[in-house]
Amino acid sequence: MTFGRIELHPVLGKLPDAPLIEVVFDGQRLFGLEGESIAATLLANGIRKLRVQEESDNPRGIYCNIGHCMECRVSVDGFSGIRACMTPVKEGMTISSGIKLPLPFRHTPPSERSGGA
Amino acid sequence: MRDALIVGAGPAGLSAAIAAAGSGNGMRITVLDEYPRAGGRLLGQLHQEPDGSWWNGIKEASQLMERALRDGVDIRTGVSVTGLERNGDEGWTVWTNEGLFQAKRLLLATGAAESAIPVPGWTLPGVMSIGAAQVMTNVQRVKVGNRGVVIGMNVLAMAIVSELRLAGIELAAIVLPPKNALSGHASDPNRVFNSLLRFAHMAPNPMFRWGASLIRPSWLQRLVVAGYPGSGLRIWDTPLQLRRSALEIVGTDSVEGVRVAKITPDGRVVAGSERFVEADFVCIAGGLYPLAELAAVAGCPFRYAPQLGGHIPLHAESMRTPLSRLYVAGNITGVESAKVAIAQGAVAGTAMALDDSGGASIALSAELERAISRVKQVRREAVIQFHPDIERFREQMYLEQGTILRYRIN
Ligand SMILES: Cc1cc2nc3c(=O)[nH]c(=O)nc-3n(C[C@H](O)[C@H](O)[C@H](O)COP(=O)(O)OP(=O)(O)OC[C@H]3O[C@@H](n4cnc5c(N)ncnc54)[C@H](O)[C@@H]3O)c2cc1C
Ligand code: FES
Repeated sequence: MTFGRIELHPVLGKLPDAPLIEVVFDGQRLFGLEGESIAATLLANGIRKLRVQEESDNPRGIYCNIGHCMECRVSVDGFSGIRACMTPVKEGMTISSGIKLPLPFRHTPPSERSGGA
Repeated sequence: MRDALIVGAGPAGLSAAIAAAGSGNGMRITVLDEYPRAGGRLLGQLHQEPDGSWWNGIKEASQLMERALRDGVDIRTGVSVTGLERNGDEGWTVWTNEGLFQAKRLLLATGAAESAIPVPGWTLPGVMSIGAAQVMTNVQRVKVGNRGVVIGMNVLAMAIVSELRLAGIELAAIVLPPKNALSGHASDPNRVFNSLLRFAHMAPNPMFRWGASLIRPSWLQRLVVAGYPGSGLRIWDTPLQLRRSALEIVGTDSVEGVRVAKITPDGRVVAGSERFVEADFVCIAGGLYPLAELAAVAGCPFRYAPQLGGHIPLHAESMRTPLSRLYVAGNITGVESAKVAIAQGAVAGTAMALDDSGGASIALSAELERAISRVKQVRREAVIQFHPDIERFREQMYLEQGTILRYRIN
């Protein structure tokens, strides 16, 4: 669900005009505004989940929005660990969300292994 | 090689660049900032001054930036500084994602960061720091949600609550964080109430302002907290619930609401008082601390200053550090408002110019003294005071250091 943009602000005025930028996020075509961050484009398109925690698979989104927490990391054009809140959208960018990673060396108690004990 | 490198294009860094570039020494200055736009945390700020005019951070930032560019300052955004090293007594080398930068003098103006208060469920999408909501609302102009809950009460939270309301975003409640090892005084109603009184002058409601001016004695404060209405007092049309605390943020893929409970005046949960508040976003307001890692990497000594938000690099009133050719300015030296950061930047820029002249310029020495007294004046007149004791604390700190650091040509 998108909450939309703040088109008219009582003090800041009208949303400044900016050209549309087309990007792809996890295979989906989206439009953002030139000058805004990847996080802003995604939120404006109703996307809050930027990745999952690599181990637990829990959903994660932005937290600080100014580059300090690293919660918003996504892959951009093949480079991983890019902060969505600090990176402006560029025409044709391919963005993908972080996924759960395999845990080959993790000890799992027999009772929790798939297929049962 | 540059004459000066400034890390951080916030109000402190930009104003330092303007002061140094305009000093008449012809200094070549580069400002680096990792955000795509110059202005730092000033960009998100929007509040009304006592005279009724608006402090519009975006406008203030672009004015500073234009002045700096006009004076020939080289401003580079999207550049993250990750490390630094001293080149003997010659200056500093700085590591960035865009390669190495070298300069004779280095100013760290990296600002502040927000403390987080972990609350069960705080990793859900839709939970963010209050500053994140400020930037999304005022800078990016995208709505963070329709109806939120704010967890934590401090001066920054109150300023941003008013900004969210201004943008037409509804807030269901402002509640305290749950009592745990990390929340400290932030979950104690008596302590929080006492601090709320300090920024009651910002409240839009004259009754609120007038009431607050009467509630100075501490016995009266305790009485007010004890009798504080459960539903909260309204501020910017939002219930400020001093006697409710968040227990857990609930949701599957994103925020659906917050479980809250009544608390006693000393912060303990009242059994059976739990209730669910529907919300589609949550802001956690844990306060600010100076972002000073780079000063630590440089090897600068630190001092613990709770009044200023935490650990700060040791520095003199002239913004010189004990390390040769290293300076600091703005919130890295303690959390204060943007106007103070601008004034401190002017001090640092002037000190760099004076040191660049070998300390010989009488005009710059005089200008440095003027800039230092301007900081004090701006601090006294600040609308947003993050701590009541900042002025006294700084006076004492600078006094304790003696005059060596202040007057030493760096
Ligand atoms: C989220 C937030 C919201 C705030 N809101 C208010 C408010 O509403 N009102 C108010 O009075 N004060 C507010 N403040 C306090 C604010 O810090 C000051 O008002 C003022 O902006 C401080 O100026 P500064 O120049 O010291 O730092 P900042 O304005 O924070 O600027 C520092 C700059 O340094 C950059 N930087 C940091 N580290 C690096 C690095 N390693 N490499 C490259 N660049 C780097 C940052 O990107 C940033 O642009 C807020 C602070 C924060 C953190
Ligand atoms: S949201 Fe914290 S780094 Fe992007």
